[in-house]
Amino acid sequence: MSDPTVAAGEPMLEPGADLGRDDSGRRQDRPRSLGGDAWHELRRKPTFVVSMVIILIVVLMAAFPWLWTHVDPNAADLSRVRQGPSGQAWFGYDVQGSDVFARVIYGTRASLLVGVLSTVGAVVIGGIVGILAGYHGRLTDSVLSRFADIFAGMPFVLGAIVILMTFNAPGSNPGEVRIVTQVVLSIAVLSWPVAMRIMRAATLVAKQQDYVKAARGLGAGPLRIIVRHLLPNTVAPVLVYATISLGANIGAEATLSYLGIGLRPPVVSWGVMISDAKDYFTVAPHMLLFPAAFVSITVLAFVMLGDAVRDAFDPKSR
Amino acid sequence: MFIRKAALVSLPVAVALLAAGCGGGGGSTASSDNSDGTVTIYETEPQNPLTPGNINDAGGIKALDELWAGLVGYDPDTAKPYNLMADSITSSDAKVYDIKIKQGWKFHDGTTVKAKNFVDAWNYAAYGPNAQLNADFFSQIQGFSDVHPEDAKAQPTAKTMSGLKVLGDYEFQVTLSAPFSVFPTKIGYEGFDPMPDSFFTDPAGFAKKPIGNGPMKFVSQTANQDIKLTRFDGYQGQDAVHFKDLDLKIYSDLDTAYSDLQSGQLDFMEFMPPAALVGDKYKTDLQGRNLDAGLIDIDAVALPSYVPGYDNLDLRRAISLAIDRDTIIKQVLNNAYTPATSFFSAHLDGNTPNSCTYCKFDPTQAKALFAKSGFTGKLTIASNSDGGHKEAMTAICNSIAKTLGVPCDFVPQASFGQFRSMITSHQATGMVRSDWGADYPSIEDFLNPIFKTGASSNDAVYSNPKVDALLTQADSTADKDAAVKLYQQAEKLVEADLPKIPLWNEKGTGGYSSRLSAAKLSWKRQPDVSSFRLAPTS
Amino acid sequence: MGRYVLRRLLQLIPVFLGTTFIIYTLVWAIPVDPFAGKCGQRPCPPAYVAAMRAKFNLDDNLFVQYVKYLGRLFTGDFGQTFSGTDVSTLIANAYPITVRLAVVALVIEALVGMTAGVLTGLRKNGFADNLVLVATLMLISLPVFVTGYILRGLFGTPRGTSFVDLIVPGIVLGSLSMAYVSRLTRTSIAENRRADFVRTAIAKGLPTSRVVGVHLLRNSVIPVITFLGTDLGALMGGAIVTEGVFNIRGIGGLVFTNIQQQQGVVVTGVVTLLVLVYLVMSLVVDLLYAVLDPRIRYE
Repeated sequence: MSDPTVAAGEPMLEPGADLGRDDSGRRQDRPRSLGGDAWHELRRKPTFVVSMVIILIVVLMAAFPWLWTHVDPNAADLSRVRQGPSGQAWFGYDVQGSDVFARVIYGTRASLLVGVLSTVGAVVIGGIVGILAGYHGRLTDSVLSRFADIFAGMPFVLGAIVILMTFNAPGSNPGEVRIVTQVVLSIAVLSWPVAMRIMRAATLVAKQQDYVKAARGLGAGPLRIIVRHLLPNTVAPVLVYATISLGANIGAEATLSYLGIGLRPPVVSWGVMISDAKDYFTVAPHMLLFPAAFVSITVLAFVMLGDAVRDAFDPKSR
Repeated sequence: MFIRKAALVSLPVAVALLAAGCGGGGGSTASSDNSDGTVTIYETEPQNPLTPGNINDAGGIKALDELWAGLVGYDPDTAKPYNLMADSITSSDAKVYDIKIKQGWKFHDGTTVKAKNFVDAWNYAAYGPNAQLNADFFSQIQGFSDVHPEDAKAQPTAKTMSGLKVLGDYEFQVTLSAPFSVFPTKIGYEGFDPMPDSFFTDPAGFAKKPIGNGPMKFVSQTANQDIKLTRFDGYQGQDAVHFKDLDLKIYSDLDTAYSDLQSGQLDFMEFMPPAALVGDKYKTDLQGRNLDAGLIDIDAVALPSYVPGYDNLDLRRAISLAIDRDTIIKQVLNNAYTPATSFFSAHLDGNTPNSCTYCKFDPTQAKALFAKSGFTGKLTIASNSDGGHKEAMTAICNSIAKTLGVPCDFVPQASFGQFRSMITSHQATGMVRSDWGADYPSIEDFLNPIFKTGASSNDAVYSNPKVDALLTQADSTADKDAAVKLYQQAEKLVEADLPKIPLWNEKGTGGYSSRLSAAKLSWKRQPDVSSFRLAPTS
Repeated sequence: MGRYVLRRLLQLIPVFLGTTFIIYTLVWAIPVDPFAGKCGQRPCPPAYVAAMRAKFNLDDNLFVQYVKYLGRLFTGDFGQTFSGTDVSTLIANAYPITVRLAVVALVIEALVGMTAGVLTGLRKNGFADNLVLVATLMLISLPVFVTGYILRGLFGTPRGTSFVDLIVPGIVLGSLSMAYVSRLTRTSIAENRRADFVRTAIAKGLPTSRVVGVHLLRNSVIPVITFLGTDLGALMGGAIVTEGVFNIRGIGGLVFTNIQQQQGVVVTGVVTLLVLVYLVMSLVVDLLYAVLDPRIRYE
């Protein structure tokens, strides 16, 4: 797997870096804000509507799984192991005779949680480091950039394996919260440099704007400049990155679980289901294909959303 | 081959005489036109350099078994030991063994195999500072503690074990520190193989190009890719091979290997991927070229005595009675196992079927015993999750939870190393998977290392002085049948305490490609390469 | 230019040290005795464990261990595995295979991705454009192991490790990046079509083939080259799943098993080289920028 988060971020750099400039130029001659403008544009885009509907469904599945199925996802009955889809169980049964449909529904929460939290983590770390590096420049920039390089150069999957192995002492029986936290942290720690670079590039552009120079001339402190003037103009490209990266991180969770080191029982997630199913792919493909399809559709929805949002924020593409 | 019994020896000690089944060579299947062919077999990367003293993993042993020939071999069908390099192994008291070896055997470098080569090899492997993995196999020989002090930091006081004496070019004597009647069976283990003189001058260099006395000699080894061997024409043993070159090809994935086996790129596998076992798919896939190893092993869960709550006999019995072994084997383990009904393997002499009275599924009795135990809380079973253990352990947990109405969690461990270090450091917080594969075919190997106080693999940290006493008594009983009876009595005591719950015995399913017309799989889940015959058409 | 390169090279040093230290520390920090599982169901002889711990400096504190490791590394000694195999041998066996696989993937993603990107970028919103858009979305959202299983089912596992043998695994490995390359090219082409230099070229009366081939393409490939350059390292480090599915004995599987066995020396050695590839490729990409884009000059 080629590193999904890094790859997802790179194409964003160019349009994102331009954004600050266009934004400041337009705000003067149009009453509608950039955000409002983008929203207006977005509402009419079919891809946006479709992706939002999918995401809404997925969120509902994560929040209220019992709305979708009355079957206990952990109820096992060995008399029906690996049975294919039927009227009784739409997605069939897994190796323990549990209902795959129920498990997919109940697995949504962990998968989505990992995607959301690891993205938030990466964006927060990367955003802060990026804006500091971009604002201060010179030595701070060099040090922070090289620090980011350390994590960027580390291969994603390999780095995650090492981290996840390190924080699991033998005999420990971590609860669900701890297992999810570990996976979230390891994905975030290895993917923040991308957010950092995007933020740094956007800050470098925004820093040169007249209003920033003016604010500095008026004696505004660094904190005020960063929070009041730089942040509002640099956050958009990072958010666009975050949307796409959210999908990629859900895929990353599946890959880590596939390798047997991501989420694990008692947590149910799409990745865990895929990992359970991979040995039986040739005889019971439904066990792998249904959770994999949910991963794909969810990732697809977030990538489409990210595309739509980027186009909406980027006046050049209109 | 013969076992020459000394006139005064009253009892032949655990050495069986076998008809030389394939010693004649030139059988009907081995046609001369394909005896120069190459056979490719499934292999996993050896974990250590290929020397007998330092190899204990299945991948390494597979290569060693062809490169070396030990004093004793095991029959591929019955697992009975027979004299391979040994001419005779005699003892009157099960303490002092007189071993004569056959003459005319050569190492691959042309030097003759002499008694000295065995004694030197054993002394080298046992010597503490040499840090050999198999050192503990020599611990019963007199003087072991002098060359290998228990404290790793202490200096040994001797370089050689006092219990080993070379009596001539082809005869040596082994004195044990205490009588041990199973010794002649035990020395078929690879760690007891002889080493040529060149090994001792440069062990590190030797490991790069190992020289043994077995049916095949070393050609090359590429890390993580393959090991290549070729036939040693000067081999004297009955287990010579009937083809020329052997490629041990290293795989990381059973599915890949299996598809290679079907396409004839790979000729032999001692494993079947889980998907191939479903519905006996492999039998049709391989058109009858599947093999049953008759593995000598037992899979169990241990209930460590130090875990609070598990020191309750009623609970242990209730758990055992709550496991639906038949259904789990059929539905989850794809009939690759048979339900355990004793603490031994069914393929062993001395095994009594149904000696474990609680090894059955009885929900009513289980519930009653569980209620009596008064246990509250959660049950857990820990294991490394790879190798299909996750499915099996989860199924056991589900079965227990369903029957007893108590929550049960499978606790996965990231690696086997992590899992084992948890057990050896007594950090388990619940039940642990505790499987055992025999080092040598004897019921003794299923008791001493597992249930004796302080034994190396006593995962349950079980201690019962009566069991210890019985085992010691059995070890020193030179009469084989009498010893077996004592071991069986020990099993009875263990069964009453149930520190471990026997689950099932693995069959060991393998298969071979259409390029071969015959192949066998041994009780150790190793290919019996001497039984391989290339199909005439290839 | 020379000073710039020198400065960049000097900057590699702290990054290199940081990465190796973190990897080394993490692997040895795995709270398990690496020799716990080496003797099956029984513990290993204490003499063996003691000798191994001494050999790998495990009883020193971590920092001393790391410095000792680094010292040997600078003399070209990658160390040995627990089983006594030279790590350099393992690397020499595995690296060429993974490099070959990554290069095949890179060539495939560059050729297919850029062709698709150029075609769709020139005719935006046409049928082909939408088709490529949907296809790339599919590729991005399919987990690699799913693509891998499907193609392995169709084509089987490779017979050897030559470039031709690695085409199918290369497609799997490069599929995700292929989608990115095509989208990147498409965006870039679409943007530059409206650029002044393209208008000028058309106004000058140059033939369309020359406008597209020389002016448009040359300027549009810059971001694509950046992506491809940094992607080589990512492909090599990310080959672990692809290598597993196709039983290719490259560095992915090597690192995976050695992390499990806690062979820190192997893991650090292999990952160090991966990081070097990544760092050097980033430098090369930055320098290529200057060659391709006359507007960029390094001081």
